[in-house]
Amino acid sequence: MNTPAPTRPTAPSAGPADAPAATGTEAHAAPAVEVRGVTRRFSSRSGEVVALSDVDLTVRAGEFVSLIGPSGCGKSTLLRLIADLDEPTAGELAVFGRPPRVARQNHDFGIAFQQAGLLPWRSVRTNVELPLELHGAGRAARRARATELLEMVGLADFAQHLPHQLSGGMQQRVAIARALAERPSLLLMDEPFGALDEMTREHVQTELLRLRAETGAAVVFVTHSIPEAVYLSDRVVVMSARPGQVREVVPVGLGAARDRSDDVREDDAFFDRVRAVREALHGTDGTTPRGVDRR
Amino acid sequence: MRRQVLLGVAGVVALGLAWEGYKLLAPDDGVVVGELTVLPRTTDLAMPHLWDMAARALEPVNSATDALPLWVAVLVAAAFTLGVAAVGWVVGVVVGLATATVMQRFRTAESALLPWVVLSQTVPLIALAPLVRRWGSQLEIGAFDWQDWMSVAVIAAYLAFFPVSIGALRGLSSPDAVHLDLMRSYGVGWWRTYRSLRLPATVPHLIPALRLAAANAVIGTVVAEVSIGLRGGIGRMIVEFGASASADPAKQWSPIFGAVLVGLVAAGVCVLIARALARYRVSEVS
Repeated sequence: MNTPAPTRPTAPSAGPADAPAATGTEAHAAPAVEVRGVTRRFSSRSGEVVALSDVDLTVRAGEFVSLIGPSGCGKSTLLRLIADLDEPTAGELAVFGRPPRVARQNHDFGIAFQQAGLLPWRSVRTNVELPLELHGAGRAARRARATELLEMVGLADFAQHLPHQLSGGMQQRVAIARALAERPSLLLMDEPFGALDEMTREHVQTELLRLRAETGAAVVFVTHSIPEAVYLSDRVVVMSARPGQVREVVPVGLGAARDRSDDVREDDAFFDRVRAVREALHGTDGTTPRGVDRR
Repeated sequence: MRRQVLLGVAGVVALGLAWEGYKLLAPDDGVVVGELTVLPRTTDLAMPHLWDMAARALEPVNSATDALPLWVAVLVAAAFTLGVAAVGWVVGVVVGLATATVMQRFRTAESALLPWVVLSQTVPLIALAPLVRRWGSQLEIGAFDWQDWMSVAVIAAYLAFFPVSIGALRGLSSPDAVHLDLMRSYGVGWWRTYRSLRLPATVPHLIPALRLAAANAVIGTVVAEVSIGLRGGIGRMIVEFGASASADPAKQWSPIFGAVLVGLVAAGVCVLIARALARYRVSEVS
């Protein structure tokens, strides 16, 4: 699974020019996610709301991309469109070159939400096994995979526990293990750490980087937190609200995201990138002197 | 646990003391305000002593030489009633679940069915029982012969299905959006989602509904036995013994206690079911 691919995924020319070289280990001919001119309008009694307006985005195989922006900028909507939990009003999406519906039915991606969303009547182990069970994997195969995943997220000792016996951070790790159960090449995460306290959050962030390095999956990660986006990502997509649009794509360039450790959080380059994202987010033109303030 | 048992016993003893205490203290003709009797008479005819009831239960049912002791006859009748009620309960639960499932699956079915489900419970049982019996007796499918006890079970089911269909409908609609999104992202269809998510999520709503259904089934059975005239059950026995109450006032209390016993057993079974399904009743997580 982790053999480096000699052939780099051929990114389409339409991809953002300032993106760093893809670090994917999987040789997919098509990018993990391709979004072209996507618009999503919701009509309600009080009128029409444009959640997304003409959004373009490419996520290469193996790349970690965060979506960040004020609430109402449509970042969660965009993730739901990629996951085929919603349909665009206009424009096109492709997941590994296929329509999202086909990708969903092929189990091409794993998904995690802000709520862990574990089934309360299932043990930790059987929660992780759920997607495998639903897709008809055999008992032995399910068991082996769940054991492997629970070891990976450090919860092997809790396999028989019920979700309510676990802390929020542990539940979220189980949810991530579940999302990885079918070895997806793409992981879609909608503010998965939003409800966690800061300490737990930093811990699971580092763990996510490690897991992702082991699996080589591309990740689309929705977040509210600037440091989180910078720490995890190869690129940060900054969005603006009303209508939801991509304002700027900030390359992080802290080395491959997969090689980062907690030390990066203390790094000057890290703060520089945090600042770049913040400026993009707040719409300053970037003429303020750099390297002076560190939040 | 021990505390609960003690409290339960204390409750029964208190009830017995209240009965005997009232009988002791109140006048024979009851408490009368003006022309109106507001509390019952306390004569041995109206309120036999508890020990008289107990003593009567140990004697034979009647003067026939092969007569069973009264308490044995009551137990046999109670078992019969319980059996019919159980059949009615199971049918009612299945029909209730099926109705709820159809209503959950098809929005239009909910709008079309729900008013009828509610309306069905406004039809008086007494009016219904003879109708069911007549319809049943016209049924002839090969060797299958409609029995009167089946009419009684149908009426029990008719009363039992209502709380189940309402409770299950709420339960089937109860899964969180995040769980439904998850199932959708797995690309599984309605049936798998139903089995793996909706049905287990229904359990917390279903348990109280099953309890109500059991109570309804027992009441429905006892009343329907009377109005259909089915022999062998506790309902008919209460009416029969009541008819001879002036000669033998303590006798009719045995089948009344028998009916209470049927209700207790039904409630006990529901507790066991709830315990078996305890895993599905843990509080929802995040």
